[in-house]
Amino acid sequence: MNGIKFLFAAYIATWLIHGFYLATLVRRFSRLREQLRELGKK
Amino acid sequence: MKRLFPILSVLTALLLGYALYLALVVAPTDALQGDVYRIIYYHVPSAWTGMLLFLINFVASVIYLIRRSQKADILALVCAEVGVVFCTVVLVTGPLWARPVWGIWWAPGDIRLTSTLVLWLIYVSYLVLRRFSNSAQTQMLAAALAVFGALDVPLVYFSIWFFRTQHPQPVIGGGGSMDPRMLHVLLISWMAFLCFGFLVCWSRFRLELLRREVEEAHALESLAGAEEISPKASVPLSRSTK
Repeated sequence: MNGIKFLFAAYIATWLIHGFYLATLVRRFSRLREQLRELGKK
Repeated sequence: MKRLFPILSVLTALLLGYALYLALVVAPTDALQGDVYRIIYYHVPSAWTGMLLFLINFVASVIYLIRRSQKADILALVCAEVGVVFCTVVLVTGPLWARPVWGIWWAPGDIRLTSTLVLWLIYVSYLVLRRFSNSAQTQMLAAALAVFGALDVPLVYFSIWFFRTQHPQPVIGGGGSMDPRMLHVLLISWMAFLCFGFLVCWSRFRLELLRREVEEAHALESLAGAEEISPKASVPLSRSTK
């Protein structure tokens, strides 16, 4: 049974999902830091 | 604390790399399924980690309902969000494994598959509620939803013990058997995903603390602005009524 392509698809999909979620966390962190900086200036 | 996070991140990355090496190179090939069975080393640890996070969400929600603890509320939110990510991995890798082995992507009506999808939908609803509701009761409603939602966790886990399903029987317990070398790799892989999940939860927890801090600062700022515009508004009620 040749399921290699499914095996790699599953592994890649796993890291794409985690990577996407981590990217949203990084974006949210940088937005909040920016907001804090603006509040600090005021 | 500041140094601990990068150290743990490096250790987790190494552990994930080692688990990947074990899964792809060291673990023996399955006699029936061939190499595609190696999806188990991502599919099953993700499912266990996700269910563990949902159980923590349940405990934190109960603590919030009893004590109104903000930290418990944050923990519940964090575990639900990261749990949904792991559950998404399960729902994506499952069909990718099913297609070459069963010949179908999804088995409609299968209790394990359906209850997992329902579990995912319950926690997505939980996150939608938390994200878009502005009511003062949101935290309490979300905690109540989490308590009821957690009832699906044991149903998902034990469904393959008590019902005949397309999904394979449990590999650990429940009469299942697995080659000890495969089991070793599976447990290392789970440990790696647990560490990864813990680090992601830690980051998300810090993010939520920061978000609430910013929200509070905005509220204080607008309060100060309102007082500047209308100084009378800051006069205590007892004096203003005289």
